[in-house]
Amino acid sequence: MKAGVVAYGTYIPRFRIRAEEIARVWGENPENIRSGLGVFQKSIPDIDEDTATISVEAAREAIERSGIDPERIGAIFVGSESHPYAVKPTATIVGDALGCGNFFHAADFEFACKAGTAGIQTCLGMVKSRMIEFGLAIGADTSQSAPGDPLEYSASAGGAAFIIGDKPIAEIESTLSFTSDTPDFWRREGQPYPSHGGRFTGTPAYFRHVISAARKIMEENGYKAEDFDYAVFHQPNGKFPVRAARMLGFRKEQIEQGLVVRMVGNTYSGSSILGFSAVLDIAKPGEKVLLVSFGSGAGSDAFIFNITDRIESYPRKPAVWDKINQGVHVDYSTYLKLRKKIKMK
Amino acid sequence: MLPRFWRKIKYRYDIVGSVCETCNTKYYPPRNFCPICRRRSSIKEEMFEGKGKVLSYTVVHDTPEEYKLEKPYIIALIELDNGPVITSQVVCSENEIRTGMRVKKAFRKYFEDGEDGIIYYGTKFVPDED
Amino acid sequence: MERVAIIGVGQSEFGELWDSGFREIVLKAGIDAIEDAGLEGKEIEAIYIGNMSGGRYLAQEHIAALIADYSGLAELGVPATRVEAADASGGLALRQAYLSVASGVHDIVIAAGAEKVTDVGSEMTTDIMASSADREWEGFVGATIPALYALMARKHFEMYGTTPEDLARVSVKNHKNGALNPKAQFKREITVEDVLNSPKVAEPLRLLDCAPLSDGAAAVILANEKIAREYTDNLVFIKSCTQASDYLALHSRRDITTMEAVRKAASLAYKMAEVSSQNIDVVEIHDSFTIAEIMAYEDLGFVEKGKGAELIREGITELDGSLPVNPSGGLKACGHAIGATGIRQAVEITSQLRGEAGKRQVDCETGLSLNIGGTGATAVVTIYGVV
Repeated sequence: MKAGVVAYGTYIPRFRIRAEEIARVWGENPENIRSGLGVFQKSIPDIDEDTATISVEAAREAIERSGIDPERIGAIFVGSESHPYAVKPTATIVGDALGCGNFFHAADFEFACKAGTAGIQTCLGMVKSRMIEFGLAIGADTSQSAPGDPLEYSASAGGAAFIIGDKPIAEIESTLSFTSDTPDFWRREGQPYPSHGGRFTGTPAYFRHVISAARKIMEENGYKAEDFDYAVFHQPNGKFPVRAARMLGFRKEQIEQGLVVRMVGNTYSGSSILGFSAVLDIAKPGEKVLLVSFGSGAGSDAFIFNITDRIESYPRKPAVWDKINQGVHVDYSTYLKLRKKIKMK
Repeated sequence: MLPRFWRKIKYRYDIVGSVCETCNTKYYPPRNFCPICRRRSSIKEEMFEGKGKVLSYTVVHDTPEEYKLEKPYIIALIELDNGPVITSQVVCSENEIRTGMRVKKAFRKYFEDGEDGIIYYGTKFVPDED
Repeated sequence: MERVAIIGVGQSEFGELWDSGFREIVLKAGIDAIEDAGLEGKEIEAIYIGNMSGGRYLAQEHIAALIADYSGLAELGVPATRVEAADASGGLALRQAYLSVASGVHDIVIAAGAEKVTDVGSEMTTDIMASSADREWEGFVGATIPALYALMARKHFEMYGTTPEDLARVSVKNHKNGALNPKAQFKREITVEDVLNSPKVAEPLRLLDCAPLSDGAAAVILANEKIAREYTDNLVFIKSCTQASDYLALHSRRDITTMEAVRKAASLAYKMAEVSSQNIDVVEIHDSFTIAEIMAYEDLGFVEKGKGAELIREGITELDGSLPVNPSGGLKACGHAIGATGIRQAVEITSQLRGEAGKRQVDCETGLSLNIGGTGATAVVTIYGVV
């Protein structure tokens, strides 16, 4: 049975803040940020947006574009590290908003930035075992960052939703995960902002997991970098995915389309799959795509997708890049208000 | 407030209203009795188009406590395509809003019962550029 | 049906009455009315009280019993009834009192209205007022009462060419009249510029387009004609007192520039009183928002739909115009003590018809008051005459 992505949809909030604006407030040199981090601006959720609303909007786009009856969706997984409730699922909100009826499986995932791809793998298993006809996997975040923390330049908001089933537009040829207990980035219960290990997040965390997962899936399936038309890696900043691609032997042209982080920031659970969606926006039948996510803590999910003929009849406008290139820029104080970082009574 | 909100989740999360099949009048919020047909009413649930146009609007500056972070926000009467008139918020800039403007539905947060209470989601509208 | 006359009127101060509680202001209005009528008090056979939200403003329900108690009438077992229709509660109390006398059930009754709002904060007040529209489908989404009137105003602007200046003129006129009323909350004149420069509340409405929410109470004594003549020769009759309903939420109405309840109540009131809109000499209108007064000019039949602004532009509704509206200063200058307003309007018209309105006295024999609940889902129209 061939299964994979039968529909996808994305959502990016309309507000943006430039790296220079954040740097101005904290007395940093904006040029160092742009070149050092490779993030020029990031998206910010509106005051009335959160992971649930982003999830619903992304999923509605997938449903609208595919015409799939929501009641045929048998499972919903929302992956996020910013679920609106600590206890009480986001997935039930999404299910009711989409009109999925009541007979569906629902759960929330959290695995730092890879909770969205974890949902795709779970849906794939349920579809292939014929437990369900369609599964909905969403990765969405309104990610947190402490004021003044370097994370503040990248932690952004957005999400992507994938309906997994047979008759895919992008068949999943293979998937695997590489996982280890690596505390590179975490947020303890009750804490408003995450903490991280600084440079420790690089080699032992991001690169070890992403490279290991990518090498393994290519090796197992007998592919080399040049066999892929596109590759998308988790993009916490503009540097890491570029370096990972180079380490694996990918050319700039293979990763450019999916490299959205410079202009939208790190949408955490939405990050790699927003990049993947940008690739799907232009992918042609017969093309092959490598996707490797990364979630701190730590793990990477790797996928090989084969684009099918069905993609040609799938509506793909407005495209992810269209959404990224829109937006209203705000200043730092508005950003603080929108992110509710001002202590109020 | 909690059971009262929960009871109407279906009708708030999407634009599910009702139609009287006797006179074909559409209602949002839903009614289970048609004021026109009265005892002859035949009410059925219906999901309305998530698109429409602004009939009238106001930019609200004097806001209730739960909306103070959104100040100013826009309240509008929106005539749904092939549907009834609905009172909702339109999320856009004060300079953008005008009567006759095309809008489409968006899933948004309305307010929350403080930091430890439940979150009230519902349907708002955003400009429809298409 | 018995003819019903107003034989006594009374009212408390309106405003921020920090030193007075609900009981004190109601008692003040009631005692004034009883004294004005020349009664002892125990002649009163029934109490009708209009109050919108004692439950939320004071956490006190059973308001009628409280008033019976503190007025000493509980001692005599006098029945006391509270009626509620948001800010038309006072009008409703007047109508219930009127019906009880007209029907012959009672000979002499008191109708009062009261609200004590300043014991809670202004945000709570906004929230309480929002419950006079559709809480679940208007209030929930942030449609406050000013916002809903603003929707009507913008539509009226677009359909009929009414302008923010027209709205401002209503407020200016009412403040000018209020300056002549010793009982008004705001006894000062304002200018059109003051209104247009005041803070935005819900565009196009600004602060000075909105009546203040105030503490206050008012009371009137009603009696049948026979009893009334035993007490006074200066009789003011209630010629009709009608009430109508409309859809609670604006989105359910066919035309938000018209208040159907006002039209229906007015048309019936004219018919029952056997007068036409052209016979009315003095009017008290529920100007909770300036746009409401302009719409009421039309819906009460003083001018055709869409031409309401002409009355204010041409000065017709000024104190010295041919149809003085809100000689008291209206809700805008007198203060809007929610449940008390409908009764306060009756107090003003009675004073006018008796010729006791002092500096703001107009030449009149027939008067009309319009009390509106919420955004117009309830309207009460009362027509008064000296014969």
